[in-house]
Amino acid sequence: MEKPKNPASLTFGPTTSTLPSSLSSVADDRDEGFTGIALADSTTSRVSFTLDSSLDSVNKVELTAEQTAQRAGFDEDTATHVAMAVREAAVNAVLHGNAYDPNKHITASFETTSDALIIRVADQGPGLDPDSIPDPLAPENILRGSGRGIFLIKAFMDEVHFRQLHPGTELTLIKHRRPAQPGN
Amino acid sequence: MSMKVQTRQVDGVTILDLSGRITLGEGSITIRDAVRDVLAKGSNKILLNLAEVNYIDSSGIGELVSAFTTVKNAGGELKLLNLTKKVHDLLQITKLYTVFDVKDDEASAISSFTK
Repeated sequence: MEKPKNPASLTFGPTTSTLPSSLSSVADDRDEGFTGIALADSTTSRVSFTLDSSLDSVNKVELTAEQTAQRAGFDEDTATHVAMAVREAAVNAVLHGNAYDPNKHITASFETTSDALIIRVADQGPGLDPDSIPDPLAPENILRGSGRGIFLIKAFMDEVHFRQLHPGTELTLIKHRRPAQPGN
Repeated sequence: MSMKVQTRQVDGVTILDLSGRITLGEGSITIRDAVRDVLAKGSNKILLNLAEVNYIDSSGIGELVSAFTTVKNAGGELKLLNLTKKVHDLLQITKLYTVFDVKDDEASAISSFTK
C-alpha cells in the first residue's frame, strides 16, 4: 500500500503570519518536509508551501497535514480525518479551482497553536460559491458521482471558512484541541 | 498512487480484490476500467472486495457509486465485501452504507446474488 512520499521536495514559500513576540527559535526540519517557525512553548508553529497544480501536490499537502496533526498531538483517527479534509480542499484547489493550469499555483499553510490546528488552502481559480453546492445527502443527489468534497471537509473539521480572493478561493480549516474534561 | 485489482470467478460471480487507495487519479480510473472490463466480458454480478483498501477520498466514493449505477443499469448487481473501518465510516457519513449491499463474508455474499 503506497502512501504519499515524504514531501521533502516541496517548494517552500514564506511563512504567512506575523511572528509573535514569544518567538524563541527557528526550526528547520527540512528532512521531514517542514520548514517552519517553532515558538517557545513548542506547541505553536507555522509553515506554508507554494505548490503546482498537480495530483502530486495534493498528496504532499495531505501527508503534511497528517504529520502536522500528529505532531500537534491529535490522535491517529483525528489526524487521519484532518488529512482527508485537507486532501479534499487540495483536490478542489487543483482540480476545480486551478483546473490543472501549470501557470497557477496552490498555497497551503499549517498553523499549530495552543488552541487549534489551522490549515489554509488557496487557489487562483475563478472562485467558489459554497452555497451553490448541492447537498450530497439529499435523495436526489445520493447517487451522484461527485460533489462530496466540501461535505467531507465540513464533516471532519470543527470550522470551515471560505474567503474569496482576487482571483481564487481560500479555505480555512480549523480543528480545535479538546480541553481535558473534569474526571478524565 | 498505486492501486491493484485482481479478478477471480466464484459460482458465476466476478470478485474484484482491490488493494491500495481509491483516490482521484489512478485509483479511481483503475476501478472504473476494471468494472467496465467485467461487464464487457458478459458478467454483471460483481463483488468488490475492499479488505485491502483502507483509504478512499470523495473521488473514490464517486467511483464506487458510478460503478454501482453502471452495473445496475446493465441489469446486474454490484455488492461490497469486507469494508475496513475507515471505509465503513466514510460510507456511513455519506449515507451510502444503506445504498450499497455490504457483506462481510464471501460465501454468503456469493450466495446472495440473484441466480
